[in-house]
This record gives sequence, structure tokens and C-alpha cells, in this order.
Amino acid sequence: MFESSLKQMGDALRARKISSVELTQSYLDRMARLNPQLNAYISIDAEKSLAQAKAADARLAAGSADALTGIPIAQKDIFCAKDWLTTCGSKMLHNFVSPYDAHIISQFNNAGAINLGKTNMDEFAMGSSNETSYYGPVKNPWDTARVPGGSSGGTAAAVAARLCAAATGTDTGGSIRQPAALCGISGLKPTYGVCSRYGMIAFASSLDQAGPMGRSAEDLALMMNVMAGFDERDSTSLQRDKEDYTRDLNKPLTGLRIGLPKEFFAEGMGADVAKAIEAAIAEYKKLGATIVDISLPNSKLSVPVYYVLAPAEASSNLSRFDGVRYGYRAPEYSDLADMYEKSRAQGFGAEVQRRIMIGTYVLSHGYYDAYYIKAQKIRRLIAQDFVEAYKQCDVIMGPTSPSTAFKLGEKGDDPVQMYLSDIYTIAVNLAGLPGMSIPCGFGDNDMPVGLQIIGNYFDEARMLNVAHQYQLATDWHSRAPQGI
Amino acid sequence: MSWEIVIGLEVHVQLSTQSKIFCGASTAFGAEPNTQADAVSLALPGVLPVLNKGAVERAIKFGLATGAHIAPRSVFARKNYFYPDLPKGYQISQFELPVVGQGALTIQVPAQGKQPAYEKVVRLTRAHLEEDAGKSLHEDFHGMTGIDLNRAGTPLLEIVSEPDMRSAAEAVAYAKTLHTLVQWIGICDGNMQEGSFRCDANVSVHKPGTPFGTRREIKNLNSFRFLEQAINYEVQHQIAVLEDGGSIQQATVLFDPDTGETRVMRTKEDAHDYRYFPDPDLLPLEISEEWKQQVAATLPELPHTKQERYVRDLGLSAYDANVLTQSKGIAEYFEATAQACNQPKLAANWVINDVRRFMTEGAKDENGEPAASEVRDGVPGRDAIRVPAESLGKLISRITDSTISNAGAKKLFSALWTAQDTTNVDLLIEQMGLKQVSDSGAIEKIVDEIMAANTDKVAEYRSGKDKLFGFFVGQAMKASKGQANPAQLNEILKAKLAG
Repeated sequence: MFESSLKQMGDALRARKISSVELTQSYLDRMARLNPQLNAYISIDAEKSLAQAKAADARLAAGSADALTGIPIAQKDIFCAKDWLTTCGSKMLHNFVSPYDAHIISQFNNAGAINLGKTNMDEFAMGSSNETSYYGPVKNPWDTARVPGGSSGGTAAAVAARLCAAATGTDTGGSIRQPAALCGISGLKPTYGVCSRYGMIAFASSLDQAGPMGRSAEDLALMMNVMAGFDERDSTSLQRDKEDYTRDLNKPLTGLRIGLPKEFFAEGMGADVAKAIEAAIAEYKKLGATIVDISLPNSKLSVPVYYVLAPAEASSNLSRFDGVRYGYRAPEYSDLADMYEKSRAQGFGAEVQRRIMIGTYVLSHGYYDAYYIKAQKIRRLIAQDFVEAYKQCDVIMGPTSPSTAFKLGEKGDDPVQMYLSDIYTIAVNLAGLPGMSIPCGFGDNDMPVGLQIIGNYFDEARMLNVAHQYQLATDWHSRAPQGI
Repeated sequence: MSWEIVIGLEVHVQLSTQSKIFCGASTAFGAEPNTQADAVSLALPGVLPVLNKGAVERAIKFGLATGAHIAPRSVFARKNYFYPDLPKGYQISQFELPVVGQGALTIQVPAQGKQPAYEKVVRLTRAHLEEDAGKSLHEDFHGMTGIDLNRAGTPLLEIVSEPDMRSAAEAVAYAKTLHTLVQWIGICDGNMQEGSFRCDANVSVHKPGTPFGTRREIKNLNSFRFLEQAINYEVQHQIAVLEDGGSIQQATVLFDPDTGETRVMRTKEDAHDYRYFPDPDLLPLEISEEWKQQVAATLPELPHTKQERYVRDLGLSAYDANVLTQSKGIAEYFEATAQACNQPKLAANWVINDVRRFMTEGAKDENGEPAASEVRDGVPGRDAIRVPAESLGKLISRITDSTISNAGAKKLFSALWTAQDTTNVDLLIEQMGLKQVSDSGAIEKIVDEIMAANTDKVAEYRSGKDKLFGFFVGQAMKASKGQANPAQLNEILKAKLAG
């Protein structure tokens, strides 16, 4: 049952072969057994989940069920969920019980899905290994000595270890795709503006985007049907017609033009990763696709541009965490300034503080033009590269991450090395494009490798089609980690 | 050579929208603390701003009313600083690209001593939209500070002038003109006590022909009187420092109404670096030509246009036209009155003298203080006028058709002000017995009777004692119970006494 697709689970629920309470309980049992090893969840609340399952069963019995009614879904702890502890992986919010639901949470609630718990993450989504979480690192289910990637590492580990049917993530510079790659699952970061950011705790507002993580492209399509859509409470939410993301899943790939950016294959990629990617490309040729060599000349500037813009926005977004109204406040302080300083110094971890300082610096008088304005200009050039590329191809492919999952603590002392693990994913966020990662094999350490698929704006349905056809032809996505 | 004073004003105008600028919470004044603070006002994690179109429309109205450039595209920026009543740790404002660009305001500076009244154009640099902060309450919390976020997110239009004013009187005239205008076009309630209209004054002095001096900014002046006092104090202070051989340091100062002095709040050294950058949560604000025109169609005739029309078409003096356009309510009342009697000059006199006097006096509470609800900063609302314009028009008509005398009209107006029925003017004239006797037969009869009863006085008069004429007028008036038409009476008396 834990291997069933969302569609199969939904069918079984609607056929009353299993109740949502039973399904939810079996996940809760599995979580009780395995989560202590993996630390994938920050909050588990069986009572709340089962109450939702009961309501879902009533809805199933009444015959008014939707595709995901009764299915247990884990939520990244970045989404505010009413009456749930919502920490964003930070001590700063260790005591914050949200009084309201994020738009994404409401969408799942309306669909009758079960909130199975809040998944662990890098603190305020800042990290690529899940090691910055105040709640401790998440372990990769394929090898618990290794990281699951980040920042949606808890979600990736929970999906890979079958501790939920599917889950949500968010992606600012690769936070869905990189952990999906490192944990051998599928993940989709939609076009900026497709999923509402209302109630999703902001890291870098112009880059943040919610998306689904699951075991297959087909599952992601069903998740997208729930998550996507206009929300008037988010001014950057796009007003578009509702679409069915499953509509193109079964189209053949004949004639598909796949662009391979030479910059992604030049250097820095591990040989084992390169081998798996090449094999995947070969498989696509068999499925009828043609290969086009393209160039994204400015993509090499993505990492420095990102590490100006994202911290700049973050330094401002995180100012609200000041100890005044909610969240952590230092127990002792001498005056107002001291209260701010101590609360923030004690409430934020090292990586968050580092990025706040970088962001404060680049926005400061005298530096703003040289850093922030310059980075915005290059950001437009990076986006323009993709516009040019899509004149020649339908999708772009390459590695999601330069290496497979690294060991816990391996890059802890070197932030720049850590930042480079997002080298292939960041340009997509800067351009606002949709990007995906799907499993495409294993590297030298028997750790999963992810294939990145980058689509044109609003081309999610085509990307899901491209991924799904591959998953019909291969079985990498259905491999499960052993030994847990 | 004497010092020249240079003043520029920044005025924060609270826009009269029902809800806040970036969320649906109410903007009503005076609610229990934090009862109008929703998730967005509280800056809970994950919440996002959504721009209130009503606030934008009010900014467009202001731009149109001052002939300013209205930006087809403007940008909201974050102004970052920490303060407990600033819940997000930044204020959403506009920085590089404001919604309203350069405009101008014509002001009337009243006569002062030997200097006659004059008109002046003050250039506007810009006006931008922003949100207000909450309030820190330092009393009643035993050494701690309470935070009330009801006001957080209230829409403001910050209107910045060029340093075009050369005296406190000009600054006050500018502030008053602006205050009238924003109420006139319906974008602000103008309530200064509640903080709906707050002035910051940038003041410097220099010798003409030399560059401007270093300025100091006086913050948060919420009455015209304080504005004037603060500027005058600040100017004296700066001149004293400079004449002592000192120099002025750029600073932000506060005015203390109790001492009448300003004191330094912060200097340039500890000025904030606000780290402005475009707010990524909000799209650039785009205003189409069509939207501008829709808003333009809702604009009332502006004070300056009305003044010109009053002078040109109604033959009023510039002074009277200016007084009548101090508030839209007064102007509308005047126009309705003038229309009812077709006597614009008389109507203007009545409104300027009698109506306005009754409004302030009639609006006083039992302690003799002006009641705040009716008189705000000396500009009462039309609701303070108890006599309908149609009734005043009728009253004026009754003067011109000689039904009542001027003295009778004053009595009538006073009675109308407190009357239950303020509409039936003619009935009240009857009831009060104010109708003049204009029947020459009746007046002749009275005169005859008086002359018959005072034959000795008639003889004295006829022998040259002209002064006795007043005696006969008095007797006749007394006999007519004051109702004789004075002009007619004079004429008849003169003729009869002449024999």
C-alpha cells in the first residue's frame, strides 16, 4: 500500500477498500517507527490528522470525494497551518502556533487531504543539506550518514521513506529539486506565481515558490491540481484559468526537442552523475526526442547573483521576527535595542544570521547600486538566455545537483561549497521558470541521481508529460531505500 | 543684509479609505487597542500585502487637483528599520518612483501689519503612498511599553513641497490651503486632533544670494498654531547660533508646545540607513490614462477655480472669494444662497459675516469652547449651519423687496438659527411682526398724528431747529412699533414738516 500511487490510493479509498482513518493510522504507525531515525518531521499530531481522516471518510461515504480526499499528505513546516505549530525550522518560531491557514493548506483542506504532519527543513529554508534546522538534521533514507538535501529535506526524506503519500516543498534556489534528486524522488517547482505564497513564510519573495514532491510525475500532477491557482491575497499570484495538470501525461514524446546547455555539462559535475544523466538522455532519444545543443551564457553568474538578491530580500523579510509580538524573545535584556539583539542572536541560527548580514550589507547606502542593482540587471540577462534557448527547444535537461548526497557535516564549514550544490537549479528561480527533478539512476555510493527538466513558462503539463513517459519506460522512480 | 528664511513642508495626509492600504482591516479611529489588527497588520509569518485601490484613487485625485504629473508606473519600496510599532520591521512606502510627481499649489498669504495680503505659488516636489505605523503607548504599563497596531497600515499620502516658503506665515498659509484642498476633494477628513493631517517642517536660514543653509527638520506638528510657533522658534534659534559664529548641524527636532522650544531628536550621525529596495511582494503600480480620466470625472470644482469664477461671474472681491472657499461646505452653501435670492454680493456678505459668526458661536459648548465635532481648526463643516441656504436666500429677498429692514433681518436670522421650523421664513416674519409698514397712507397718518400732538415742536422746527427732525423720526418709529419703512418715513416727514 505504501507503494501505491496517489491515483491507486484514491481509487481504493473511493471504492471503500480502505478507509482514510486506516490509511492515516498506518502512516502514523510507520512514522512512529521510522521518524526517530530520519527526523523528517518536526510536528506530528495524530489526533488532528485522524480527525481530518474521519471527516474525509464521511465525504468518501457521501460520494463527494475529490482526487486526494482521504490521502495523507505531509506539509513542509514553512506553511502556516491553523492550530499547528509552524516553526520554519527555527528556534525563532519554536512556540508559534499559527492562527491561520496558508493558501496551499486551505487548498489541501478543501480537497479533503489529510495533513499528516509538518516536515523538517533548513532554518527559514536557508540551506542545501537540512543541517541548519533548529530541530536537527534530517537523514537521507538511502544512507542515514548522508544528508537529504535541502531546504525541503524533511519532505524529501518522508516521501522517499514512504512516511507520507506525497508532500509539499518550497523552492527558492533549488529547495525542491535538489533534495528530490538526493533522495531519489520527483519534485516540481512551478512557474513563479502559479502557487500562492500567502501563508508560506517568506525567504526571498521574488524567488520563493511552492511545489509538490512525490514518488512519480503522475502523483505530482494530481498534487498540482490542488496547489495551483489564483489567490487574491498574493499580489504576485497569476490570474490564469484552472488547468488539469494530468491532461498531457500520456502524450508520446515523438518530436520533443531537448536542449542541453553546454554550461551544465562543462565542469564541476561528478562523473557518476554525468553517466546517469547521459543514460537518461539516451533513453529520451529512444522515446523519440531529439537533442539540441544550447547555451545559457550567463548561467554561470547565477550563484553570485542569487547570493546578493536572496539575502537582500531575506534580510528584510526576517525583520518581523523581533521578539515583540510572537516567537522567541530573549529571557533577559536591558533595553529595547538589547531585546532585539539578544532575541535575534539567540533565535536565529548561524546560516540565517550570515544571510541577514549579507543582505543588510548589499542593501546599504553606497553598496546598493554595486550589488543589488547590478544583480537585478544580470538576473534579466539570465532570464533572457532562456528566452533565446526556448526558440530552439521545448525543454532543457541537465543534472539537478553536481553530486549525489554528501555526508552529514561534510560541507558544514564551507558555506561557498554548500552554495555551489545549487549551481544548476538557481538560474531557474532567477528566471521564474518551472523546473523539475526526477530520479534517473544511482551514483558511485549507490545514492540517487536526479535529472533536471526545465520548462518554459507555464509548461508544467508538458514537463509532467516528459517525466511521466520516462517513468513509464524506466523504474528508477519506484526504487525504495532498503534497510529502514 | 538680513537673514532669509527657507521652509519646505512634508505633510502626511491620512487617506479616508474604510480599510487599510494593504489589507481589509478597518481604519476607524478610536477602537480598543489591537481590535483592528488582522494577520497582515500584525505581520504574522507568511502574510502578504494587497494594495487598496481606493488609496490609489485618492492619490490620483490629489495629483489631478494640483496639476501634478501622475506616474503611469510607480513602485512600492521597503523602508527598513526596527521599532516595536512597526510590525514588519519595514514600512511599505514609495521611494524612487512616487505615484504623484511635480505639481503646484497657489496660496493666499493674509495681510500682516503693513504688508498686504498676497498670492504665491508653492511647487510640490512629489506625493507618495505609504502605510502608517502603529502606536507605542508608554503610559499605564509600569515601565513597559504597550503596542497598539490599530493604526498600522493606515494609508497615508506624504506630500512634499519644494523649499519655496519664506516665512512661518507662508508655511501656515500653505498648510491651510493643503488642508482645505484634501478635504475639498474628499481624500482626507482633515481631523488634526486625530492625526489625519501632520506636518514636518524643514527649516533653514541663509543670506540672500548665498547657498541655502543647513536645515533642521521639525517633526510631527499637528496644529497650525504649533507649526507657526515651531518655525518661528527654530528660525530665531538658527539665526542666534549663526550670529554667534556657530554653525547649524543637520538634525531632526521635536517641538515642545509647553516650552515653545524645539529639541534635537537625532542628528545626521545617527540617521538611519533605511536600505530602501523595491518591495518584491507588490507589483509596480500602473495607472492607465483611462483610470485617470475615471477619477478626474469624480473631482469637484476646485477652490481656486471657484474663486476665479466668483470674481469673474459674480462680481465678488478676491478677498470675499477666498473667504468663501475656505471649505467646500461654505462654498456650496454660499452658492445655494446666491441662487435662491439671485443677489450674490448680499449672499456673500451674509455668509461671510453672519453665517460664519453664528457657526463658530453656535458651535460652542457649555464652557464656551468650540465643539470639536463641528469646528475643526476653524473650518466648520456645513452641518454646523442651522439655517438652510434657501431660507437665507428668502431672507435676503425680503430685504431687497423692502418687506423687512436690515435690523429686522438680523433679528430674523438669529431667530431662524434656533427655530424648530427653519424653512417658513415668511411665517416667522409675520409672527415676529417684522414686516415694515410701506403703505404711505398709513405712514402719513402716523406723521399727521404726531405733528398734531406736537404743534410746538413743529413750530420750532419750522423756525430753523433742524435737529428736531430726529425727534419726529423717533416718535413716528415708536408709534409704528418700529415697522415703518425708514426711507419712506424720512421722505414723508420731510415733506410734511416743510409744510
